[in-house]
Amino acid sequence: MLSQHLAVLQVVVPLICAPLCALLPLAKPGNKLGNNLAWLLATLVSLTTFIIALLLTKEVSLHGVISYQLGGWAPPWGIEYRIDHLSVYVLLIVSAIASITMLAARKSVEQEIAHEKISLFYSAFLLCLTGLLGIVATGDAFNIFVFLEISSLSSYALIALGNNRKALTASYQYLIMGTIGATFILIGVGLLYMLTGTLNIVDLQARVPELLSSRTLHAAFAFFTVGISLKLALLPLHLWLPNAYAYAPSMITVFLSATATKVSLYVLFRFFFGLFSNEITFEEFQLDKILLPLSILAILIASSVAIFQDNIKRMLAYSSVAQIGYMTLGISLATKSGSIAGMLHLFNHALIKGGLFLAMACIVLRTGSVQLKNFAGLGKRMPWTMAAILLLGLGLIGVPSTAGFISKWYLLIAALEQNNWLAAAVIVGGSLLAIIYIWKIVEYAYLKSPTRQSDKYFNERIEAPLQMLIPLWLLVAANFYFGLKTSFSYGFAETAINNLFL
Amino acid sequence: MFADYYNYWVAIILMMLGFYIVISDANLIKKIIGLTIFQTSVFILFISMGKVEGGTAPILADGITTYSNPLPHVLILTAIVVGVATTALGLAIIARIHREYGTIDENIIHAQDEEEYEDDDEAAS
Amino acid sequence: MTELLQHFELAIVIPLLGSLLVLLFHNYPQLREATSIFVAVILFIFTAQFIGSENQDISHTLFTITPGLSLAFHIEPLGLMFALLASSLWIITTVYSIGYMRGNKENNQTRFYLFFALSIAATMGIAFAANLATLFIFYEALTLCTFPLVTHKQNADAQSGGRTYLGILLGTSIVFFLTAIVITWLQAGSLNFIPGGILQGNIEKTGAIILFTLFMFGIGKAALMPFHRWLPAAMVAPTPVSALLHAVAVVKAGVFSVLKVTVYIFGIDFVTTQNASTWILWIAVATMLISSVIALSKDNFKARLAYSTISQLSYIVIGAALASPLAALGGALHIVTHAFGKITLFFCAGAVYTATKFTQISQFDGLGRHMPFTFSAYLVATISIIGLPPFVGSWSKWFLVEGSINTENYLVLIAFGVSTLLNCAYLLPIALRAFFKAPGNEINDWAPGIKEAPLACVVPLCITALATLVMFFFIQPIYEFLAPVFIK
Repeated sequence: MLSQHLAVLQVVVPLICAPLCALLPLAKPGNKLGNNLAWLLATLVSLTTFIIALLLTKEVSLHGVISYQLGGWAPPWGIEYRIDHLSVYVLLIVSAIASITMLAARKSVEQEIAHEKISLFYSAFLLCLTGLLGIVATGDAFNIFVFLEISSLSSYALIALGNNRKALTASYQYLIMGTIGATFILIGVGLLYMLTGTLNIVDLQARVPELLSSRTLHAAFAFFTVGISLKLALLPLHLWLPNAYAYAPSMITVFLSATATKVSLYVLFRFFFGLFSNEITFEEFQLDKILLPLSILAILIASSVAIFQDNIKRMLAYSSVAQIGYMTLGISLATKSGSIAGMLHLFNHALIKGGLFLAMACIVLRTGSVQLKNFAGLGKRMPWTMAAILLLGLGLIGVPSTAGFISKWYLLIAALEQNNWLAAAVIVGGSLLAIIYIWKIVEYAYLKSPTRQSDKYFNERIEAPLQMLIPLWLLVAANFYFGLKTSFSYGFAETAINNLFL
Repeated sequence: MFADYYNYWVAIILMMLGFYIVISDANLIKKIIGLTIFQTSVFILFISMGKVEGGTAPILADGITTYSNPLPHVLILTAIVVGVATTALGLAIIARIHREYGTIDENIIHAQDEEEYEDDDEAAS
Repeated sequence: MTELLQHFELAIVIPLLGSLLVLLFHNYPQLREATSIFVAVILFIFTAQFIGSENQDISHTLFTITPGLSLAFHIEPLGLMFALLASSLWIITTVYSIGYMRGNKENNQTRFYLFFALSIAATMGIAFAANLATLFIFYEALTLCTFPLVTHKQNADAQSGGRTYLGILLGTSIVFFLTAIVITWLQAGSLNFIPGGILQGNIEKTGAIILFTLFMFGIGKAALMPFHRWLPAAMVAPTPVSALLHAVAVVKAGVFSVLKVTVYIFGIDFVTTQNASTWILWIAVATMLISSVIALSKDNFKARLAYSTISQLSYIVIGAALASPLAALGGALHIVTHAFGKITLFFCAGAVYTATKFTQISQFDGLGRHMPFTFSAYLVATISIIGLPPFVGSWSKWFLVEGSINTENYLVLIAFGVSTLLNCAYLLPIALRAFFKAPGNEINDWAPGIKEAPLACVVPLCITALATLVMFFFIQPIYEFLAPVFIK
């Protein structure tokens, strides 16, 4: 009975629990139960969404697309929730990362967030999760905008909770740019509705090909491109991202870095290949012509900037901008294999970057800072955390047997299939830059001894609590598992893109 | 041409006005005002497209065959709520920025951030 | 039991287990080092039992990561030879390490033995790899496992040396090697090492030249100029590391990969018909000569040996690039003969350092009288590397020279001659200086105290030096062992 409603439960469960979380008794210093109640609820909800996503995955791989009619109204009039391979792939990532974030979150949040705001923090987190899951679950273009705004608004609030006052300006900047992006998407949706009178994505895809000569359609496409690029932080529209990631509460960075831009990329896939089609996107609108140079610049510029960052969270944030470049580079090759590679990298990068930021959260918890010089001697003082950073860093570089290598392998194949030597050179060149910035951390942690000035404990062992290490090492294990076994990560991406492309 | 599509022109002019304010003004509150104008222009675009020439309000009544399309209005109702939330959140953040920085001028805030940058490491998290 | 012994992949598992044991015994130095030796001996015995089955075409696929990327291992003469070489020298080096590490009171010895064992595991993976993907995985693993050994001292020198080391090795492998592998996969639809090669008929002439060049530069461990800087940089490592890894395992993994690619991916005939190797041949010749000249200018003993290694590695690349069966065979032989010679030289460098802390050649005047065994072994190994009978180094040079005559590359022949003279010029004076020059001031300051390094250092270097002599007379079995790979 419940199983028929899985598609909508995926979104409704966190949505209902979000206000519940806010209603829980306020946490007070010393009141252990009260402090943990909100955390417990948020964790359970996240795990539930993960289980639902797993069930949906099973359902979709057995029976194909799930179409759920909200309120019993048949599409294209009613709102349809539509779960296909592409959706479950992203749903799984988002809910898995949410679960891992929440499992690790308790101590970090207690330390970084004021007591009276803790339950509100978890409430906003659940709203953000609702929004991200909703974007992926829905099959309605306007609904995507609404969920996009739900997730964005809650993430602005969450980022603003960061301890440094720069978190406020970062959040404000993100709010301005994010709202412009979302509004652009809204304009696109409006123009399409004007042309076709429908908002259902499947229905839209059937109607769009007749309208190719219409200038309104071109305008809609352009608005979508810019709006999504803003949300995606595609260079040069990435300005909001580095500060937002650097100054947000540690746990929020973990969550957003692994999900928010990934879901935006999902929107790109959904709109450009599901709503329009790959033929229209590449042949009529020639998206690849603009996406390719931007992706190349994103990889090269953002990686280079990352090298010069002393705040490691910000360094990793710039690295994220570069990695987004890899994903869009795959798409811009305008082939199936390119898009599959981009999709695959979306998956692998979520694991790697989520893990790296989680390790940063451990370091913030123990040392209070992620400045580079603070890493001196951490290899001895936080051996498990640093080992995780090293192994995940190898994944980011793309050393064989890590998930990152699989992405690079398929990206390279896709690029060289097209004889696109420039793209191939950029893919491997980006890895070189990644070596430099990852090795900066490694050298500090393992080859430098702690300076007295940089910290008070000096030589004491200050390993992070198991509660954070276990989720962290789960991600490390996943990084290697998906580096050695690709039947799910590649297989699902392949089916998803095959179904999406004409 | 202008007269036929005047609703679009209104939307476009409002949109550009709002956008310009967001980009050019250093005052954080004025930026939010610009953003709101920008959003509102899109609302107008939606609402005006729901109007069918000669149509009346979409309430069933005898003798009337043409109705305006109510759907865009419903959509925009949602979008307005989103817009209000955005404005409220923006203003709340500005209030806190004012408390922390003592100003809501973007240039001064940037200058303060730059100064702080050197001893960033102690405070950063 | 016999069933289990058929799984030659265990050659990778044995050192891995060894590294675990080393970690387990980190509080008991005696036990830890006994374990290291024990595991090394086990590994050698284990690999040795496969002699005789190298031509039986045994291969196992462990699992497939994704189409094209599968973890598979096979036994063939070249790989078995490399595995035997590395595992036998590992035993000797472990003994030597104990003397050296204790003699110099190095820190973090557990980490040292741990990563040493891991590096050997990676080397075994390279030796038995049945396809390019597996080779690449272990090639990268070897780079990463040796990094902590290179930066063992954890000071500023170690840091900058480690940077160069990692930067060049990872950089070339990702940029060129990986690209070359992907191209091979796209063109040939396979990455397996197959006698006769897989590229024949799948790639046109220019493509073959570009691909061959990508491979040769991509295999940075072969130290072709201009990507040779990592090897001198790696000399900041403790000497046992330089001896086994940077004279044998790592660098030989490089040239071994070069030979594998030439023989099993391109096929010697295909390289010849496409002239794919012409460019690389001249770059290797240039590397051979230039690095010899640089070696001449180095006063630091280990730096001179490092440049000498670069030059000797080019012999092997030339052997591959000449694309004649005899020359390639000579290259493969040179992997063995040079290994024994060069490891002896590095052992000597370490022994001198342990005994006197001298690192500069100019400090060696008259040292031979205080350390007769060390410098006698040095002289023997030097003559072997120069290529004079009755030492084993003469054989590999003989085949290389014969190969260059067969392919009528007389310029290469002349280059070999010049290089031999340069070898004499940069290696022999060190021995002469040690034996015949009057002791310098520094030695006089030390004089009453100087004696040979600990026995654990001296015995290994005598063994390897003797080996160069003994193997001269037993070259026939090695030749017959390797010949099927190259000569049909």
